[in-house]
Amino acid sequence: MVVETGFSSPRTDAFPAGLRVLVVDDDPTWLKILEKMLKKCCYEVTTCCLAREALNLLRQRKDGYDIVISDVNMPDMDGFKLLEHVGLEMDLPVIMMSVDGETRRVMKGVQHGACDYLLKPIRMKELRNIWQHVFRKKIHEVRDIESLEGIESIHMTRSGSELFDDEHFLGGEDTTSGRKRKDVDNKRDDKDLGDPSSTKKARVVWTVDLHQKFVKAVNQIGYDKVGPKKILDLMNVPWLTRENVASHLQKYRLYLSRLQKEGDIKTSFMGMKHSDPSSKDSTAGSGLHNSMDLTQDNVSNGSFSFSVNHTLAPSVDLKGHEGDRKGITSGPMTELKGPFSIDITDPRKVKSSKISLDHSLGSVDPNFASFGSTDTRRYSWNEIPEIRFKQEYEPLELENGFSQLPLPVLQHHMLTEYPQPAASVSPGPSITEKEATGSGFEVKPMYDEYRSNHVKHSNLGESHSVNNQVFKPISATTSSMTSQETIPNHLTESEFSPKNMYEGVGIEDLQLCWLQGDYYAMNFGVQGLDCTEYNHPAIISETPFHLYDAPKFEHEHPFDPTDQGLFA
Amino acid sequence: MDLVKLQRQWVDYRASLYKEGFLDEQFTQLQELQDENNPDFVVEVVSLFFEDSERLLNELTTALEQQSIDFKRVDAHVHQLKGSSSSIGAQRVQTSCIAFRNYCEEQNVEGCLTCLQQVRLEYSLVKTKLEYMFQLEQQILSAGGSSPM
Repeated sequence: MVVETGFSSPRTDAFPAGLRVLVVDDDPTWLKILEKMLKKCCYEVTTCCLAREALNLLRQRKDGYDIVISDVNMPDMDGFKLLEHVGLEMDLPVIMMSVDGETRRVMKGVQHGACDYLLKPIRMKELRNIWQHVFRKKIHEVRDIESLEGIESIHMTRSGSELFDDEHFLGGEDTTSGRKRKDVDNKRDDKDLGDPSSTKKARVVWTVDLHQKFVKAVNQIGYDKVGPKKILDLMNVPWLTRENVASHLQKYRLYLSRLQKEGDIKTSFMGMKHSDPSSKDSTAGSGLHNSMDLTQDNVSNGSFSFSVNHTLAPSVDLKGHEGDRKGITSGPMTELKGPFSIDITDPRKVKSSKISLDHSLGSVDPNFASFGSTDTRRYSWNEIPEIRFKQEYEPLELENGFSQLPLPVLQHHMLTEYPQPAASVSPGPSITEKEATGSGFEVKPMYDEYRSNHVKHSNLGESHSVNNQVFKPISATTSSMTSQETIPNHLTESEFSPKNMYEGVGIEDLQLCWLQGDYYAMNFGVQGLDCTEYNHPAIISETPFHLYDAPKFEHEHPFDPTDQGLFA
Repeated sequence: MDLVKLQRQWVDYRASLYKEGFLDEQFTQLQELQDENNPDFVVEVVSLFFEDSERLLNELTTALEQQSIDFKRVDAHVHQLKGSSSSIGAQRVQTSCIAFRNYCEEQNVEGCLTCLQQVRLEYSLVKTKLEYMFQLEQQILSAGGSSPM
């Protein structure tokens, strides 16, 4: 049904029909079967049996595919590596497949950012719904672009067509209040409906040079204060758009958090497993970007009682969520609303401190360091809520903490123990309250991050009264990730979870720790906190996942510094 | 042969394959994928499976004949075979691969060799049966009937 016309027009009028899928599998039998199945779903299919070939195809035709499905075991490259590359360079949703359904593998997939993990034999009905991942990303992109205020409701109520329409004006428009946009969207719906591809943004390839410019700009501004617009201005790259930067910023944060995670995961937190953030509704901003599409849910959850969430959230999720963070980053930075508008922390401090965080990650790119420092915004919300913590707040905090923190730089003053720069932080937040309780994620790893974050924050907090509270949410979000969307609970592990995360720590724990607000949490940093006392499910803050747009499951996984070509 | 008789024979034969565990639900999926655009889809896919499996079995034989066996490699091949057999629903082959992988993990040479034999056997059986089924199909088509797939 679908003629593979190449990549000229991404979609036909009837989304998801015409979805452009790239299938990568070295098994010829499966390749043939999948091709047939996808064609039956009315998708445009391109197949290849080598990972490198797939990357070439993707690079040649940027914006020529909507989604990638790849087997985990490829002869020329590890499927997870491919996954990372795709997420980083092309920012496309990637689905992993394997005949091996071992939890570890699945988890790894999620960590590396897969937005789903299918077990072979794959049924057609499983393939029919893969469009949701593409859709989700779009939504997040839209979100990012728009201000986060009250986005939850707005977004949630948006119809799919609107989202596509958003693409139209996403391209050029800068963030405007979500509400305003809503109206516009509605109007556009009618006419633009069904043709979202027309304004599809071209994907930007972040070359090393470009990325260096980006990092430089971020450092100049101060990680704490970064916002896509500011970065864009500083970078002075004429053809780059705000959205490009926003999305890259998200990834960057994600990357940092991942590094951090790796660094301090060893400690107890490893357990964090965020359940699928996307699935959770309540996931708060899901600090865990991992949660992949959590953001959406989170938003709606409104765990962010504090508008802060929006603002803070942006962050961390650099990677995958193309759009997600964009909005967020810009949002929080500039739009802190409500209580959080306080920009307390001194981002700069963070920068310097980041190092102290001890990034065990070591691999953390110094550039990232600068990230850490910024985010005063993040903390601003700290102020808010101590009270808030209870649930709603929690999420926020995490978000903030994380998002802001992502890069370790943040407050490291205190954290010496937390090696990881903000980057690690980011993972946390996605804690959703709800999930936290139930999810039992092993938030441990996150915790570390949080700790670092918190710590960082604490430093900041001191001045701003940022406290541990802030941290709490982070973990919560991770837990909330449970069940979101397609991501299996344990899979949604955010990048935070360092490889070593322990299994035991649940997000709740993390959250709780944070709640306590004391530095205790922070101290753990490396040690493997024991947040047992914090286990309140309620605490699990649901960091506004939506903010992070966790969907980028794919990139959730901790970045291997070595892999970060871009971020090197 | 009488068309109706042929058709019935085909149906019964296929049913027996399911019953005996040679084929599973996945095979039905393949049949459902076959349509006027791909009238020989099932046969094509199964042929691919045969080719791939034979290659893998040979690789396995070679790998296990080595002085110093590389179990990781053996395991990788078995894993591939498992994936491949799952694609057409060759259930018994798939199941025998599971046991095989366990032996690989244990680095148990004897166990692996036994499993290889078992996998080979299961593969031959399902191959023979599928080929017979395709023959019946051909006969039906020749007799003027439409594909029973």
